Amino acid sequence: MNEMKVGRYVVLTDRLYTETDEWVVLSNDNVAVIGITDYAQKKLRDIVGIELPQLQKEVKAGESVGVIESVKAAADIFSPLSGIIVEVNNKLLEHPEIINKDPYGEGWIFKLKASKLSEEKEKLLSPEKYIEKIKGG
Amino acid sequence: MWRQAKWNEPLIFELNKSGAARQGFLINKDEEIRSQIKEMKIPKNLLRENEPDLPSLSELEVVRHFVRLSQMNFGVDIGIMPLGSCTMKYNPKIEEKATAITEFHHPLEDEDYIQGILEMIYELQNWFSEITGMDECSLQVPAGSAGEFAGVLMIKKYHEEHNRNYKDTILVADTAHGTNPASAAMAGYKVMYVKSNAEGLVDMDILREIVNDKTAGFMLTNPNTLGLFEENILEISKIIHSTNAVLYYDGANLNGVLGIARPGDMGFDIVHLNLHKTFAVPHGGGGPGAGAICAKGELVNYLPYPMVEKVNGKYKLSKIPKNSIGKIATFYGNVGNLARSFAYILGLGPQGIQMIGKMSTLATNYLIAKLRDVKELELIAPNRHRKHEVVFSVKQLMENYGVSANDVAKALLDNGFYAPTIYFPPIVEEALMIEPTETETKETLDMFAETLKKIVNDAKINPEQVMKSPNNTSIARLDQAYANHPSTITPTYRVLRLRRLGKIDYLK
Repeated sequence: MNEMKVGRYVVLTDRLYTETDEWVVLSNDNVAVIGITDYAQKKLRDIVGIELPQLQKEVKAGESVGVIESVKAAADIFSPLSGIIVEVNNKLLEHPEIINKDPYGEGWIFKLKASKLSEEKEKLLSPEKYIEKIKGG
Repeated sequence: MWRQAKWNEPLIFELNKSGAARQGFLINKDEEIRSQIKEMKIPKNLLRENEPDLPSLSELEVVRHFVRLSQMNFGVDIGIMPLGSCTMKYNPKIEEKATAITEFHHPLEDEDYIQGILEMIYELQNWFSEITGMDECSLQVPAGSAGEFAGVLMIKKYHEEHNRNYKDTILVADTAHGTNPASAAMAGYKVMYVKSNAEGLVDMDILREIVNDKTAGFMLTNPNTLGLFEENILEISKIIHSTNAVLYYDGANLNGVLGIARPGDMGFDIVHLNLHKTFAVPHGGGGPGAGAICAKGELVNYLPYPMVEKVNGKYKLSKIPKNSIGKIATFYGNVGNLARSFAYILGLGPQGIQMIGKMSTLATNYLIAKLRDVKELELIAPNRHRKHEVVFSVKQLMENYGVSANDVAKALLDNGFYAPTIYFPPIVEEALMIEPTETETKETLDMFAETLKKIVNDAKINPEQVMKSPNNTSIARLDQAYANHPSTITPTYRVLRLRRLGKIDYLK
């Protein structure tokens, strides 16, 4: 897996990103795995709680689907794509710190069956664009 | 050097290790009362089966326990508490005495016996109306936050009465206190944030863009949480009112303009006041709060009831506004706290009230001037004057030396200062939000500024040292993750016991 670094933040090249610091890995059957980026978890610092998205719920791109609580702040989790929530990472309820330890792997938050993938994919950020976004502030 | 007491003080339940029965207070065992109770039929499920689990201690042990704890505490009676947006000013002790009127009378008594209390509430209703530029105020709300919630419910009912149910969105500034979106969401509204511009003020172009028929209201503080006065407030008022939406004033920052500018004159329709911030009521742990919710024009008809009115020269707690949203608490605010505010305003008079606005603003700008040369304390719109508070960003310290706003706050504790609010408002990275208030002397402000300068300097020379602070406080750095993690969080003694018995794994 290729990774790039901006300062102390890691960005992986195998996935897409959002302006609101989520990452998305797409598979062939239109199912997307979603989590928050290394930049987001480092800004939030120690994560101590999570409200997971509701299973089977139909959501729109950009909609708030859950909340992450850290020692510093509470932050919304936004769905990068429209679709139906098909799986959530229940392990995080008891061990929210997994997101700090492995934001791009074990710390995935939910899976979504995308309904408007072809049009919405365009709006997601490439790793290079996301790095620019981090640099910009 | 500043040092705080360090007692290794156990919990009060763990104090008596001998197990011997001790008693510090004699409970009345009046036989007559007991015989009466025996005749009462109390349902079995309400009868206690075991002795209550109370600590067994002598009076002296209890006194020492709490004096030790108080020595490890920090309050405004010990030093400055520049906690931004909280207005932690010193409340004169005379206000405490004013609460004595509640020792002998209760607002539920026959109104003939409590004309004094009702007159006091009546006067306060009028004074708060005058101070805020509103037409009427209700003091029924038991806290400022409850006042804010009441305000949003008033907006809702007002639109319902006018068949404008399609209005489903409340706007809040991105510098707003967290209570604004919370109150709006609790009242069932969608919340939309309005971005600030580079000057730290509401971005007028964005506001014009997003205000439409669905906008029910805009909740705003002025001055905002960056301490900046929203200079476009009259234009904002025009835009909001053009769609019949309501302009709501969050009174949390009133201290910075108190007696100088009035929300009513700025175009606001509803105002809530936090009496614990601006009007000499104790903060938080000081007991139940008190608040006020005020309105202008047609919106006065929606205020929570009861309000005090004067009928034929007699004060009555009987006024019910025509379209009142009802009651926010079961009965009536907290009269002792209202007495504090009453004594405070009465003592200061109009000139004194004006001095609060002027002196709190002066204190903030004096601090800024003292710290102007410290380039690691960055400001949004550095050339704009602040009102009650100022927000510095120590982003440079974080990026270059790894020292965060949190570390700077801890280092301040080490020097006998309470910490500023940190990481708020969220639009400022590594934010230190400082509100000195009007009650601190120039010497204290000088000392605070010098200490902050020294901490910034230390952060550059020896960042490790700053990151290890505090060392002089009763308790050093807390493990925040441990304190909040679902497997370890222990908010009450009951939870502690269940944890020790192994009955709780994760607290949800």
